[in-house]
Amino acid sequence: MIEVNRKGEVWVFIEQHDGRIEEPSLELMSKARTLADKLSVKLGAVLPGYKIRNLAEKIIHYGADKVYAAEAAKGGLLAKYQTNSYAKVICKLIEKYKPQIVLYGATAAGRDLAPRIASAIKAGLTADCTDLQIGDHTVANSDIVHRNLLFQVRPAFGGNIIATIINYDRWPQMATVREGVMLMPQPDTKRKGEIIEEKVQLSDSDVPLEILEEQKKARKVNLKAARIIVAGGAGVGSRENFKLIWDLANSLGGAPAATRAAVDLGFIDKEYQVGQTGTTVRPSLYIAVGISGAIQHQAGMSQSQKIVAINSDADAPILQAAHYRIVGDLNVIVPRMIKALREKGIK
Amino acid sequence: MGYNCVVLIKQVPDTKRITGKAMNDDGTVNRAALAAIFNPEDLNALETALEIKDKFGGKVSVMTMGLPAAAAVLREALYRGADEAILITDKRCAASDTLATSYILSCGVKKLDYDIVLCGRQAIDGDTAQVGPQLAEKLGIPQITYVEELVDLAEKSITVRRNIGNGWQKVRGKLPILLTVTSEANTPRATAAKKMMRWKKAITPAEVRQKVSAENSGADKGTINSLSERKMETLEGKGLLIKQWDLDYLGANLKWCGRDGSPTKVHRIQSVVLGAKESKNIEPTDKGVAGLIHELLEDKIIA
Repeated sequence: MIEVNRKGEVWVFIEQHDGRIEEPSLELMSKARTLADKLSVKLGAVLPGYKIRNLAEKIIHYGADKVYAAEAAKGGLLAKYQTNSYAKVICKLIEKYKPQIVLYGATAAGRDLAPRIASAIKAGLTADCTDLQIGDHTVANSDIVHRNLLFQVRPAFGGNIIATIINYDRWPQMATVREGVMLMPQPDTKRKGEIIEEKVQLSDSDVPLEILEEQKKARKVNLKAARIIVAGGAGVGSRENFKLIWDLANSLGGAPAATRAAVDLGFIDKEYQVGQTGTTVRPSLYIAVGISGAIQHQAGMSQSQKIVAINSDADAPILQAAHYRIVGDLNVIVPRMIKALREKGIK
Repeated sequence: MGYNCVVLIKQVPDTKRITGKAMNDDGTVNRAALAAIFNPEDLNALETALEIKDKFGGKVSVMTMGLPAAAAVLREALYRGADEAILITDKRCAASDTLATSYILSCGVKKLDYDIVLCGRQAIDGDTAQVGPQLAEKLGIPQITYVEELVDLAEKSITVRRNIGNGWQKVRGKLPILLTVTSEANTPRATAAKKMMRWKKAITPAEVRQKVSAENSGADKGTINSLSERKMETLEGKGLLIKQWDLDYLGANLKWCGRDGSPTKVHRIQSVVLGAKESKNIEPTDKGVAGLIHELLEDKIIA
């Protein structure tokens, strides 16, 4: 751990694989920029890897003041992500530069790496945050106030509560942040920043695993980018009947999606899942069909600009979250919507 | 040959099946609304360990940190085939965050002879997935997270397939190693009747004391103590006393346990309040639906 360091920078871990930066790292830059400005400190990006100079430039365009481009002193020991080597590098940099905040995208690698670092430097870590803010904390039953702390906001207890976590004595303040909840900044190619090259001593024992084989699936679905989403729940009834969802999505030029219940029932593949354990979306229009509206689902879609809910149960919680409520049989209403769209000259 | 596996398990509130309100009006968790269960992915971790034992021999130890009531999940593990169960319980563990928890667990695991440490990917109450990696760091061993298939185990190395979010990776590591296991890895076996018969009387010292106190209400403390001691000796002789360790036994540095050992603190807890948006009821008729589409077009929500 490091001491409380009010002058410390705000850092973002930049995750890259084979020279490609992962989206969640860039999404984090806009929020981190806001935090750094609020604290009047610099925004630093930590980029471990191999031959990463051109990536460093790009990160500056996304808002970084400084990029710590870390390479192994010997060979390409950081060419491939491994927990131990990456953790070692970041720990060393944290000890050297003493940032006050370090943020990681809550990706598979981010959630693998950040706790290993937290343990090594005995610092706090909050998982899967959905929001970050700067605020003051008064210690209970005292007049001790800790100012300008990182408020780490996250759902807990399966999404039934929202907890705000702080860390006022053993720094840095660290959090992993959920994919999709922060908006991707627009890159500014004129932005200038500083690139600091770090050579880190590593040995073969720092890469204890042999990666024998790897296969990446190109993402078929990109719900995060969809302007219109038509989502079906258990109420749709069957995989066959889920065609209604696809049809309505097609008519609207939108994307189909589903609740966890619908995925578990086999109506549609998991990559279409919206919610706490799926994707977080914020489209202009979200049509919820046969979805009761469990908290876990709403956590992933409540930021939608307009929500239409179709449900046969007038007491379904989703209706309370909707801007437009239609109580009735989805098997009748969805075809009516498709027909109305056609009459308006859409599809 | 044979491998010694240590499986870390957790008793958790069943957050997926909450009846009534999750939170009391005073902001505390309403335990009554939450049934206590074996954390689902810890069952997958246990199953992986049992498969290793079935195939290669060795021993499966299960360990949990929690309240005395957590003994229930230890028994469930014994019913499924674990050989040994250990409860770490101590009032001074209270309010431990993931860092303090991993420190305490590391003190416990270090007391055992292990080749492979297994954890569920994450627990459903916190969903942090942090304790596994933190424990691996404290033990000074490599970790492989999100294991979805045990591919091979040979001599002193293990090969698994792990989920990397947008695909998978097949990796090999040397033992000792820590794995975190996902629900994809296997289908946990059911409890076995025979094992249940064997282990159903297995209890912890804390439970012995509770039981003796209940059976001898009114007896003074000294009597309760000596009766409990005797009962524990009998159970131990039959191999039915579940090991119960406290922080003194673990030789844990209290500076790293409980509240003091936890850098993260709670600033605020809020119940999730859903909905209450300004909303319109749309009639499920042709006219109603057409009106809605018209409005969405007017507002340029759809184009």
